[in-house]
Amino acid sequence: MATKTYLQAINDGLRQEMERDSNIILLGEDIGRFGGCFGVTQGLFDQFGEDRVKDTPITESAIIGAATGAAAAGLRPVAELMFVDFIGVAMDQLFNQAAKMHFMFGGKIKIPMVVRMPQGAGLGAAAQHSQSLEAWFMHVPGLKVVMPATPYDAKGLLISAIRDDNPVVFLEHKLLYGTTGEVPDDPYTIDFGKANICRKGENLTIVATSQMVLTALDAAEQLAKEGISCEVIDPRTISPLDMGTIIESVKKTHALLVVHEAVKIGGAGAEIAAQVAEEAFDYLDAPIVRVGAPFTPVPFSTPLEQAFIPNAGRIIEAVRKMRG
Amino acid sequence: MSLSNEQMVGMYTTMVKIRQFETRVQGFFAEGKIPGFVHLYIGEEAVATGACAGLRITDYITSTHRGHGHLIAKGGDLKQMMGEIFGRTTGYCKGKGGSMHIADIDLGILGANGIVGGGGPLANGAGLAIKARKEDNVAVCFFGDGASNQGTTQEALNLASAWKLPVVFVNENNGYGISCPTSKSMAVTDIADRAAAYDIPGVVVDGNNVLDVFEAVSEAVKRARSGDGPSLIECKTYRWRGHFEGDACVYREPGELERWVEKDPIPRFENKLLAEGILTPETVAEIKTAVEKELETAVTFALDSPLPDPSDLTRDVYA
Repeated sequence: MATKTYLQAINDGLRQEMERDSNIILLGEDIGRFGGCFGVTQGLFDQFGEDRVKDTPITESAIIGAATGAAAAGLRPVAELMFVDFIGVAMDQLFNQAAKMHFMFGGKIKIPMVVRMPQGAGLGAAAQHSQSLEAWFMHVPGLKVVMPATPYDAKGLLISAIRDDNPVVFLEHKLLYGTTGEVPDDPYTIDFGKANICRKGENLTIVATSQMVLTALDAAEQLAKEGISCEVIDPRTISPLDMGTIIESVKKTHALLVVHEAVKIGGAGAEIAAQVAEEAFDYLDAPIVRVGAPFTPVPFSTPLEQAFIPNAGRIIEAVRKMRG
Repeated sequence: MSLSNEQMVGMYTTMVKIRQFETRVQGFFAEGKIPGFVHLYIGEEAVATGACAGLRITDYITSTHRGHGHLIAKGGDLKQMMGEIFGRTTGYCKGKGGSMHIADIDLGILGANGIVGGGGPLANGAGLAIKARKEDNVAVCFFGDGASNQGTTQEALNLASAWKLPVVFVNENNGYGISCPTSKSMAVTDIADRAAAYDIPGVVVDGNNVLDVFEAVSEAVKRARSGDGPSLIECKTYRWRGHFEGDACVYREPGELERWVEKDPIPRFENKLLAEGILTPETVAEIKTAVEKELETAVTFALDSPLPDPSDLTRDVYA
């Protein structure tokens, strides 16, 4: 097992799957010689050629639609959008076409495709290049939504996404690309809908996604010094969502904090909180609390952007408050 | 492109089938027996028929919300189509799609589509798959004049041209995007002129002449099969019914419909075939009777089929 970055892990997954299955093609803006906006597809153009690593015009509807049609016709495309924010112009092709074709056509067409999109703030890229939009996708039946937090998860979940027969939205976090971890050299899969208990704990359950998993682990480490033992759970896929693991944890710790970088209102955390309230209310010793971004577009200037992104301090503060 | 007598009789039969199918649906809708919306193709039969006449079963089509004609022309099964329109389990989509979402992957039908302009990018995807597998199949994208103004259609035309995809864009210019006439929705008179922007052939044909449509689309299909990329064929036609059934068509000029009814594509083709001795009054009657019988069977099949059980609701969300 080698130490790899999150970026290399995704690149690894793409390469190994493309070597395995010639039906897999990549398409997106600048993914060829340029190697992708953040460098994820580097080297793939040289290895697989322009028939399988296809540079597209800047034309997101055409990209997502071509991936959808190609999937319906038997390929297994992996499309990349440079930033998740650009899905807005292609949303019809994703949520009205790709996500619904299997159902609308009575289960007779499969759409095995992956849409990779980097999201998240922290690069000073401002309001149209920094959003976290997972709640949009989670709300659409027919889509699966994956949010890897570690290099290990990134590779395993990507390979699962490529092998899945459904449209999968694969949300990478820009700030995670450079993070490192142990990644097996051989291909492996991680089942969707299976949360990862990143840290065992007794006093409180923290559910966090994507980059916030690292922030939550940091907060948990600090809280441990105060004698507060937090269990940190990363659902890894928010659709399907492993509520079983979360509820089991809440039954043990009797308290739930949900953390995500997306704006708190209408976020994925609201769904998790609501399901716990429905299923495990009697086990709770305190109200469920959510930590998310304020209801504002992502700002540009560094102090504003830092104030936008939830940090360990806010998590610690929330936990202390919950414990009265 | 020469056609055998048998092929021409086949095309005539397809047109009759579409007309009779639609007329039946119109009647059932008026009686309140069909839920939702239906968008009828009456008057436009020559387009789907001419365009699909030269296609293989392995070729793909993407259709529109006015899709019954395309599906029948590509070989769609009338029983399963009727079953779907009546929302029955035996329908093409088990009652989950309805009139606007019928698909048959085995016939290369990637679906009717409820979104105006939704099909172009999907047809390109099929074209991409054909190219990746080094086949000589094609994908035909049917789209209306309304869809021509959608960004998706223009994006699709651009990408298909840039990548030389084997896609034939068949525009059905029926004069209206819902209620808005083309004269008010676009500055160009001919949608085919837009092909120049993508450096692909743009051809205008009489969409009420099935042989003209066949010639033009076949030429484009030939070009696509040989690797020379997409074409845009504009078929000038007219929508006899409203945008949807129940539309009072207040936006039409007096006499407009009547002028187009005179150009009805079915008697036009029928008269030509009669004059050439390819059809006789007897064979015309036989064809119409046979189509009626087939439709009667389809309707009986649909009405005898069960409605879905509510427990089927959440099935087929995921593969």
